[in-house]
Amino acid sequence: MRSLALMGLTALAIVGAAGLYITRPQTVDSATFAALTPDPVHGAQVFTASGCASCHMAEGSKTPLVLSGGQRLASPFGTFVVPNISSDPEEGIGGWTLEQFASAVTKGTSPEGQHYYPAFPYAAYQKMTDQDVADLWAYMQTLPADPTPSQPHEVGFPFNIRAALGGWKMLFTPKDWVMPADTPQLERGRYLVEAQAHCGECHTPRNALGGLQRDAWLSGAPDPSGRGKVPDITPATLGWSMGDIAYYLESGFTPDYDSAGGHMAHVVENMAQLPASDREAIAAYLLALPN
Amino acid sequence: MKQIAATAAAFGLVAALATPVLAQDMSANIKARQGQFRILALNLGVLGGMAKGELTYDAAGAQAAADSIVGVSMVHQPTLFVEGTDDMSVDGTRALPAIWENPDDFAAKWAALGEAAKGMQAAAGTSAEAIGAAMGPLGGACKSCHETYRTP
Repeated sequence: MRSLALMGLTALAIVGAAGLYITRPQTVDSATFAALTPDPVHGAQVFTASGCASCHMAEGSKTPLVLSGGQRLASPFGTFVVPNISSDPEEGIGGWTLEQFASAVTKGTSPEGQHYYPAFPYAAYQKMTDQDVADLWAYMQTLPADPTPSQPHEVGFPFNIRAALGGWKMLFTPKDWVMPADTPQLERGRYLVEAQAHCGECHTPRNALGGLQRDAWLSGAPDPSGRGKVPDITPATLGWSMGDIAYYLESGFTPDYDSAGGHMAHVVENMAQLPASDREAIAAYLLALPN
Repeated sequence: MKQIAATAAAFGLVAALATPVLAQDMSANIKARQGQFRILALNLGVLGGMAKGELTYDAAGAQAAADSIVGVSMVHQPTLFVEGTDDMSVDGTRALPAIWENPDDFAAKWAALGEAAKGMQAAAGTSAEAIGAAMGPLGGACKSCHETYRTP
């Protein structure tokens, strides 16, 4: 009897260890990145399209390129405090290597080998090309250093067990595209929406465990803060033309001349800096969504 | 003891009487401020339509729209944004409590709308292209306030 219990425990330990092994934090292939020539000028465009500053600048900051962190992102799982990702070697990420940066952005793995919480949208960023990630890193190293220490997240049990995030990642961060794209414009729109601008992170509803419901892609969701709603942007509900969407992303004005608010105001500031063809590509992608 | 109870009852009565009156007053203020934003939106629609080429450019019409926006920007906002009319206190508004926590910044953002509106007023009568250029700062003024002071 006792040996049976012991066997059971051993089996459980093996399954647990295997589970932790399978779901362990992943890193990128160093040889792939070592072979790239980073372009910091193009990296600036990746940075803007990916909306890095919108979350990583201080709340209400007038200097969005100082990525000192500190914004508080409320969620049903706790409050995430955005970290310092300035070029400061101590408090920021100035001391990282390209490989560490790429593992963080595309695998959600810290240089210490821990899982990041998915408030950091690596579910989207993993779809970026290696070249774009390398360019982004080259650009971010040119941004100012800031000595503000990152603050701990305010996340309670059981969500504070980061090892469990490995399983979460396996379940909820498939790398394949959500939407088909059969023209260059749709492909570009898809890349911007799904890989860089991470629109789905707020506009797609989540299941009870916080995984994105890809079958309800961009169909709107409660605001994660618990107040208000993030709108459904599928074409039938939105009812906007291609020109309406592109103009909104440039000016912040809806067809009724209401204007973007909350976090979307930051998004519009970023989108306004992209070429007009990119805003049109996003519009084309949104108009091709199923209703 | 009896006196305390009587006092409490009296207060309760006063509160009960006062509340509906106050709520009514506030709803007028909320309606007025929402109305002013509708006036802004309608006039921006005229200007935006001309800038995008969806409406035929007409200097007088554009000027009237720009003048209206300047007019709204001159409305004294504290009269409309009275205490207790944030989205946590009453229904039917998206005004965040932060407005009343940072009155100076809120006033500065409204003043920035006024500046952008004057830019549009100077541009509207000249050409559709000039309107397009002046829409940027106007949109920026809307966004910078909505970003902080209105629910999504």
